[in-house]
Amino acid sequence: MDIFGIPIQAFMGQLMLGLVNGSFYAMLSLGLAVIFGLLGIVNFAHGALYMIGAYVAYVLLDRFGINYWFALVLSPIAVGALGVVIERTLLKRLYKIDPIYGLLLTFGLALIAEGVFRYWFDVSGQSYPVPDLLQGATNLGFMVLPNYRAWVVVASLTVCLGTWFVIERTRLGAYLRAGTENPALVQAFGINVPVMVMLTYGAGAGLAALAGVLAAPVIQVTPLMGSNLIIVVFAVVVIGGMGSILGSILTGLALGLIEGLTKVFYPEASSIVVFVIMAIVLMIRPAGLFGKEK
Amino acid sequence: MKLTKLTAACAVAATTMFGASAQAQISGDVIKIGFITDLSGLYADIDGPAGAEAIKMAIADLGGAVAGKKIELLVADHQNKPDVAAAKAREWFDQQGMDMLIGGTNSGTGLAMAKVALEKKKPYLSIGAGSSALTNDQCSPYTIHYAYDTVALAKGTAPAVVKAGGKSWYFLTADYAFGTALQADATTAVTKSGGSVVGSVRAPLAASDFSSFLLQAQSSKAQILGLANAGGDTINAVKAANEFGLTKTMKLAGLLMFINDVHSLGLKATQGMYLTDSWYWNQNAETRAWSKRFFDKFKRMPSSLQAADYSAAQFYLAAVKAINSDDGEKTMEQMRKSKVNDMYAKGGYIRADGSMIHDMYLMQVKTPEQSTTPWDYYNVVATTKGEDAFLTKAESKCALWK
Amino acid sequence: MNAAADKLSHYSRIGLWVGLAILLAAPFIGLYPIFMMTALCFAIFACAFNLLLGFTGLLSFGHAAYLGAAAYATGWLVRSAHLSPELGVLAGTLVAALCGLVVGLIAIRRQGIYFAMVTLAMAQMIYFVFLQASFTGGEDGLQGVPRGALFGLLPLANDKVMYYVVLAVFVAVFLFIIRIVHSPYGQVLKAIRENEARAVSLGYDVDRYKLLAFVLSTALAGLAGSMKTLVVGFASLTDAHWSLSGEVVLMTLLGGMGTFAGPVIGAFTIIGLQNFLADQVGSWINVIIGVIFVVCVVAFRKGFVGELIAWLQRRQGH
Repeated sequence: MDIFGIPIQAFMGQLMLGLVNGSFYAMLSLGLAVIFGLLGIVNFAHGALYMIGAYVAYVLLDRFGINYWFALVLSPIAVGALGVVIERTLLKRLYKIDPIYGLLLTFGLALIAEGVFRYWFDVSGQSYPVPDLLQGATNLGFMVLPNYRAWVVVASLTVCLGTWFVIERTRLGAYLRAGTENPALVQAFGINVPVMVMLTYGAGAGLAALAGVLAAPVIQVTPLMGSNLIIVVFAVVVIGGMGSILGSILTGLALGLIEGLTKVFYPEASSIVVFVIMAIVLMIRPAGLFGKEK
Repeated sequence: MKLTKLTAACAVAATTMFGASAQAQISGDVIKIGFITDLSGLYADIDGPAGAEAIKMAIADLGGAVAGKKIELLVADHQNKPDVAAAKAREWFDQQGMDMLIGGTNSGTGLAMAKVALEKKKPYLSIGAGSSALTNDQCSPYTIHYAYDTVALAKGTAPAVVKAGGKSWYFLTADYAFGTALQADATTAVTKSGGSVVGSVRAPLAASDFSSFLLQAQSSKAQILGLANAGGDTINAVKAANEFGLTKTMKLAGLLMFINDVHSLGLKATQGMYLTDSWYWNQNAETRAWSKRFFDKFKRMPSSLQAADYSAAQFYLAAVKAINSDDGEKTMEQMRKSKVNDMYAKGGYIRADGSMIHDMYLMQVKTPEQSTTPWDYYNVVATTKGEDAFLTKAESKCALWK
Repeated sequence: MNAAADKLSHYSRIGLWVGLAILLAAPFIGLYPIFMMTALCFAIFACAFNLLLGFTGLLSFGHAAYLGAAAYATGWLVRSAHLSPELGVLAGTLVAALCGLVVGLIAIRRQGIYFAMVTLAMAQMIYFVFLQASFTGGEDGLQGVPRGALFGLLPLANDKVMYYVVLAVFVAVFLFIIRIVHSPYGQVLKAIRENEARAVSLGYDVDRYKLLAFVLSTALAGLAGSMKTLVVGFASLTDAHWSLSGEVVLMTLLGGMGTFAGPVIGAFTIIGLQNFLADQVGSWINVIIGVIFVVCVVAFRKGFVGELIAWLQRRQGH
């Protein structure tokens, strides 16, 4: 049976893969949306934090023999701490001025991180093995799906939904949202806004690192893995609406699927389909699909 | 508000002192060899800094001087950017009095540097770049394409694989000029040997995820998956192919692979793969002896490119010695009359189109059980004679070779 | 205050002449012409970018696309269509302006960060076109562009001759930008930069002004790209890559946003660093550029020229 001339098996297979990629996009854009939505910072360093997260996992395994499951916890904590340091020393000076400077600062940080890691590690990248528990593949009938990729989908969606829930539905999330909209007022209520902001950036960084650890067994861990992705992730966040958490998650997943389909029919365009969509969306709904005009 | 160009003046003067070198040193008493390659990027392992060291080894082995003149090596990183490569080459020819340029990896930079060398009428020995255009439609009387090209790779791998039973092919191609050229040359070679190409897919350069392209390859039901890509793309594709169980139903043919790629992937992932190369460290006693020297320095075995760097440097310097001059035209003439007979190639010679004709070898990657020592990765399966490996006169569009 | 402004003007005039003198003498005082020409082209690029960022307040984060578009257009027209250099440069500039018009029409409705993101996305699409189109040569680049003869008379193959042509174009662009900024149109741009809402309330069709500034800026960026192609003989993907877009922001920031000489200084510094340090440090250059970015944003936002002006003004105040 064929769909558009492609056997249905291949078609379903591509959709499945698209879903896997979409989960990655969702996770990465989630961290970016959290940082922009709550702090108003366009975090160009997000790709670099993702890359560092993957490398922390690699070093933990390679030098210290600490396995994947611990890395899933340790790496985000380590990179989150790095994020806190960045926020405390550099970013907090920029809140009062044009947000463009925040963008430029994080851009510079990304260049530094990439350059330093290129020096420490090979550009052609390191291999990170799939953890034993998730090795092998399951025959779904229409394709053979590596177990690890199924895990990626499950883990990403869990984290995404969990984060969305915390921010939109819990008291902590409410404080966060209020604190960034009107810091003085919230501070007056006795909530330590600067600490909250600091931890938010750290959390965003941690999310990026978690995505990095999840990605490590799938693609080569290279210093360039962040810069290859960052622009696409930005486009996802812009399409979804720059302040909207839910928007990023849904757009990330949708983009993964659309990209998967594009790869079947017109593979060369798969790397820019996101920008075409972005241009179209911005012309129709300038604030993004789920965004609110700020 | 008009601006203080006083600062402009001072700062411009100061910063231009940065970029512009001091008065040009005319190479009267020194033979200057330049080496521009990818020192830090995607191809840094297969050539890169170790390639520069190989050239230094070549110079040191000659005592650091030839025909009474000292030999100096200039090294620069082109970062895989043709404009950087060309600018550096031009600057060295103009300002440093460079006598000969050795070209590193990346075809775009290779072609750009060839043009500069042609303009300045100086010898250019291209090692790392694979594009056959260097000796085809863009051939030049000053270019020697020393180590390999896409035609040789295709002619080395495809016929042998088809003969071994791999008749139907599917290509996974990196979507840039080099990838498409590699696919085109390989397609010609496959069909000429009686095989057929059932399909192909182009992946963006430096794509991080090949899964969907591999899925398409799998549904084509071809016997052989031809990887028309290089470096990180090849590594990622092979990894993914293993992950998706593709290697159980298809055999992989790496159209451009080096021993560093195999090392990076490991034998488990690459066993049984076919690839063509111009040289292997474990071929005979001579190659082993030189490679051991390299290994002692770098703790890894040399790739064919690094061996070629060494050989090319010595080949040029031998020509300089023979005619006692470093004049561009005269050394080119001398090199065309000479033969390459060293640990890299036996009976190699320069053809009218600039190709260095030498034998190419089809290798198959060993299984983990077959490999007895570190870096013992290949079985040499077949040898393609130099005359058969490269572009034939009939196929060539080079104006110098008619 | 008038005396102070006059003094500043006075210094500016001296500086102008000294700077021009150095540039005129450059090939004869041992400065490598190819380097100087490349730096001048990027100085034009940075000045064009500064017109948009420093004087109008719009951050275009994909400005390299226009430089690249003109570079490829000129390259192809001069090499394959055998156009003479001045026509090739003109055509390239027009191509860049056209791209700028299209992008501008889509992007102008948005403000601030969103505007920057849209320009980035559109630039990526333009980059993709160059990556795929066969005439650009893809990763290999469009090579072998001859310099030809200017107006059919002046042979440009000689580096020294070419240098003075490039210098003339640079001076023309520099003066043109000063003219625009000091004109009534430029005053409106300044008003838009400082308080767009107020400009709107004063009755100005702000979008039209911004669009014109955008197109002017992209056209001049294209001019830089066209000249660069003639100087080095090829156009490549680097010319349209987003990392170059980032670099021009840095050049402008480092030199001094909203000043005239700032982008020139910034361009020379960055090109100089890349040239000089590429041999010594290889890919560490990116780290250095990153560090300069960070330092500039945190502690040196006015840039060289901006800080100098501030210092001079402080001195007048005493």
